[in-house]
Amino acid sequence: MVNPFQTVEFVARTSYGRLVAYLAVRSRDLTAAEDALGDAFRAALETWPRDGVPHKPEAWLLAVARRRLIDEARRARVRADAAPALWQLAEQAQADSERDAFPDDRLKLLFICAHPAIAAGARTPLMLQTVLGLDAVRIAGAFLVAPAAMGQRLVRAKAKIRDAAIAFAVPKPRELPARLDSVMEAIYAAYGTGWEDVAGTDPRRRGLAAEAIWLSRLLVGLMPEEPEARGLLALMLHCEARRGARRNPGGAYVPLLEQDVTLWSHSMVEEAEQELARAATHRSIGRYQLEAAIQSVHAQRAVTGRTDWQAVALLYEHLVALTPALGAQVSRAAALAQVSGPAAGLAALEAVAPELTVTYQPYWAVRAHLLARLDRRVEAQEAYTRAIGLSEDTHVRQFLVKELGSVSGSAAVLSNHILR
Amino acid sequence: MQYMIMTYEEPAAFEARTDTHKSQAYWGAWAAYAQTLQESGVMVGGSGLQPPHAGTTLRLQNGQRQIQDGPYADTKEQLGGYFVIEVPDLDSALDWAARCPAAAGGAVEVRPVLVMG
Repeated sequence: MVNPFQTVEFVARTSYGRLVAYLAVRSRDLTAAEDALGDAFRAALETWPRDGVPHKPEAWLLAVARRRLIDEARRARVRADAAPALWQLAEQAQADSERDAFPDDRLKLLFICAHPAIAAGARTPLMLQTVLGLDAVRIAGAFLVAPAAMGQRLVRAKAKIRDAAIAFAVPKPRELPARLDSVMEAIYAAYGTGWEDVAGTDPRRRGLAAEAIWLSRLLVGLMPEEPEARGLLALMLHCEARRGARRNPGGAYVPLLEQDVTLWSHSMVEEAEQELARAATHRSIGRYQLEAAIQSVHAQRAVTGRTDWQAVALLYEHLVALTPALGAQVSRAAALAQVSGPAAGLAALEAVAPELTVTYQPYWAVRAHLLARLDRRVEAQEAYTRAIGLSEDTHVRQFLVKELGSVSGSAAVLSNHILR
Repeated sequence: MQYMIMTYEEPAAFEARTDTHKSQAYWGAWAAYAQTLQESGVMVGGSGLQPPHAGTTLRLQNGQRQIQDGPYADTKEQLGGYFVIEVPDLDSALDWAARCPAAAGGAVEVRPVLVMG
């Protein structure tokens, strides 16, 4: 006995993006495609429990969505010039679903979502909504944006796609690298921008890790010859492999260097290594492969029992040369400290432009850690305080409060500020 | 744009303020947060508040003062303090709200300050 509700959910999960992409690429209207498909899923929830699940659920949904699009066109809400395209779509979809083989246009959809004409803050949310079918409220929560504002952002982005007639196509070869970068950036942003380092980090958007990995696998599947796409997948798998080791049984935060390596997921590490090895055969290094390689060095600790800091520091040198992102600069300083001592690490931190670091939590956490190692207690206390104040994660905050206690002997010094 | 960050805490958090084992971590986190707002240049002002049982609620009914011992709302989480910050937009205000110690376990409300002009 097939449970129709579960079937609807399963089809939604596995086919949503493919169906939206198919309809959007042909109707050139993302909003209309989503609405039509939304109606089709609603119809499925009404009729499948009563009449049973159809033999080809996807074809059934596509047929309903197609009819909805045509009905809309008939109601003349669509601009007159779009009507012929819709009729064509209807005929084509009919033929495709009868053949039971409709093309996978999700890659075009990913490129559309990451188009430079779309506001940067809308790209990742747009992918999550259109390719994965996540709702705006959940996306808003993951990105710390008010739901109404996120809804507006998505509506505006889709209107822009329609009104600016952004091409639903894979970009031309000369545009491809830059566009692919923004696709990968959006996927990585969904995973989370926080990155583990020596002293602790500021994990954000953690709720979307599984979705990001899913998108990343999709990208590798759609562009198997693209080494950076594999690098990105490897990077996220390495990070994900450590999820179970990041908290002790009491829920406290455990920094990377103190993690119990037996708690890492070996199958994920294994898969990450394979992806990285396949990427390496293309001999075209890039940001994501470098970051994955750094994590790969850390993963070696499970085998060798030690971390090759020389290798980590060297990889960070390359990474900073390639992309001087704030996170890379801070991590490079932390690696340098491991190789050449805390003073060297601190000097590297001091070189970062101060206006960039005002609200960047990892910078303050690493800085505090290095100052504490140099026994510059007062400055270490100041930096720990900033790191604590910038922490979003309770467990990371508690970890840092404890660290602060160990350099100042007590947190009472601070409470006086408030209790005065 | 000015926003008020209102921090709502659970009973356990109010208890932690005076608990021998928990008070250091509790105040340490709040002090660090306040100091970070200050040093990041967004702080306009703010204060912690005495616990809800110290509150008194007043209503005028038919000209008579009705005084009630305790806070206005009978909810699990109660207002524990507030900050007013100056940031460009709601997204930035929400970033600061997420870093607030009350965000996990309690709740933080962010509201734009009404500009009277």
